[in-house]
Amino acid sequence: MKKIVLMGNPNVGKSVFFSRLTGANVIASNYPGTTVDFSKGRICLGNEGHEIIDAPGTYSLEPSNKAEEVALDMFNRADLVINVVDATNLERNLYLTLQILEKKKPVILALNMWDEAGHTGILIDIKKLERVLGIPVVPTVALSGEGISALVHRIDEARPAESIGPMGEDDRWIKIGEVIRDVQQVTHRHHTLRDWLSEASIRPLTGFPIALAVLFAALWLVSFIGESLITHIFDPLFDLYTPFAMDLSAWLGPGFLQALLIGNLIDGQIDYVQSMGLLTTGIYVPFAMVLPYIVAFYLVLAVFEDSGYLPRLATLTDTLFHRFGMHGFGIIPVFLGLGCNVPGVLATRSLETKKQRFIAATLIAISVPCMAKNAMVFGILGPYGIGYIVLVFATLIIVFITSGLILNRLIKGDSPEICLEIPPYRQPDTKTVVKKTWMRIRWFLEEAIPFLFLGVLLINILYTAGVVDWLGTIFAPVIQGLFGLPKEATSALLIGFLRKDLAVGMLLPLGMSPMQLVIATTLLTVYFPCVGTFAVMFKELGIRDMIKATAFMGGTALVVGTVMRIVLLGI
Amino acid sequence: MTQPITSLETGKTAVIVRLDGGHLFRKKMGEMGIREDKTIRVVAIHPFHGPVVVEIDGREITLGRHMAEHIIVGDTA
Repeated sequence: MKKIVLMGNPNVGKSVFFSRLTGANVIASNYPGTTVDFSKGRICLGNEGHEIIDAPGTYSLEPSNKAEEVALDMFNRADLVINVVDATNLERNLYLTLQILEKKKPVILALNMWDEAGHTGILIDIKKLERVLGIPVVPTVALSGEGISALVHRIDEARPAESIGPMGEDDRWIKIGEVIRDVQQVTHRHHTLRDWLSEASIRPLTGFPIALAVLFAALWLVSFIGESLITHIFDPLFDLYTPFAMDLSAWLGPGFLQALLIGNLIDGQIDYVQSMGLLTTGIYVPFAMVLPYIVAFYLVLAVFEDSGYLPRLATLTDTLFHRFGMHGFGIIPVFLGLGCNVPGVLATRSLETKKQRFIAATLIAISVPCMAKNAMVFGILGPYGIGYIVLVFATLIIVFITSGLILNRLIKGDSPEICLEIPPYRQPDTKTVVKKTWMRIRWFLEEAIPFLFLGVLLINILYTAGVVDWLGTIFAPVIQGLFGLPKEATSALLIGFLRKDLAVGMLLPLGMSPMQLVIATTLLTVYFPCVGTFAVMFKELGIRDMIKATAFMGGTALVVGTVMRIVLLGI
Repeated sequence: MTQPITSLETGKTAVIVRLDGGHLFRKKMGEMGIREDKTIRVVAIHPFHGPVVVEIDGREITLGRHMAEHIIVGDTA
């Protein structure tokens, strides 16, 4: 069994290629740095099965961030390399190609985005390119699948390039110059509407108004889709389910099983948020309160990712993010973190230094609320008025900015400048967007449901065992004294480690004022990440930095909670 | 006359004559397609010492101000 590795510059379509070759689904987007880890799949050639690996993109074999380190590691283990090259940008892409060829591994070259090259007036002589490089070259369009089977058919022709030996950097560029003169013809291209839009959205004067409009539209779209799904689909479904649950409750009769499965009846009725039974709150929270917003968010995110807008947003936020010890690319992990903190923290791998990664991961953990939690905040604070929701998010933005400014001074190390390729705008493909959203929804359900059930189970056990009262008394000086919250809120913070959405739900029966709810839901983001985020931070940062981050979170929570009490409650 | 691209007006095009920097800087720029003798266009210069967006080979690249200041070009075309 051979190890086949897909290598290439960032954003040339390796992940789309991988999905095409293996049938496995991996996330692909239109910005450099989507893939930060490798994915493995299987492919059958003839009668033999081979392992195929999708590596993160890299500009050279000398890595400059963690994702590129992964790429180099995968390359070193490869028996055969499929070098995916952006045909619209052959000259620059050939630098990595030459470096790969110098290592004498069998290589086949996929000249991807072949259609786009044609549209932009770039002509490449494939036969000549094969001859000068000494390896097979196949034109492909990974998005539509064109040329993929031709490539698979020719994989066994992959061979080490005989005529290319190790050379220095300058010689490499001279060689590339020769190759380009030999094989490529570029006809002049007129500026199109797409170019105009691209420039308008990246220039400061026009870019910032466009960014505001785009973000506002995105926010509106997420809440519109989310609310519509709840009112027209999920709530009606649960209305159908209620009589069945009530029957079950009556049949079970009072006792442990009723308490566990149905939970507390409120005025003799099931209250899906407050009852805290496995078959009531345990399924209502994930399906009818959180899922609709998850669907909405990931649909909108996919359109953002595939259009190519995110790198432009990164350019616009660069100046601001420098104050926080990162550069503009830091907005991308933050954006992903708004869906779920776990992929957000993982995406920090595309930042170059330890300092940048530490700051980005810590800021995500303390001030970027995930969609599951947001959905519950909308659901619970919404009835009191939009002002309270705005208050939560405004506080989190202040926490983000202040923490960023502080961490930039506190953390030693370099914050290199941005150096980011801006991909051309592309029209998101409906099928790809739907597929990507579905993958993420499935991932959410697989991750969330077990933890929600565990959370509901734990709440029941802790209440029955009296642990909740006991913890409440211990933490009362902080929760009551500093934050001005009822001491029972302690249990919500405890459960928040498992599921933040469920924790928000637990606040409801405590009879708090809207302002107290604002404080509690804000603190639920700030005080500590959930278990999944904690695990991935631990893995990415290491134990020492994780302890540092934890100390910072604890300190921030104490300060934020106290200040909010004084400002919002006036006591 | 040579000058850093940051002193060009937005929208202007010029040829790179020199990359003022060490090996690592030259390598990083090279990987992005920014090399001597290439034609480069300034797409945007962000205020408050912000980033500079350039276009080279029909592709836009965002660079930190400090990096951009070390890309030296000849007269504008």
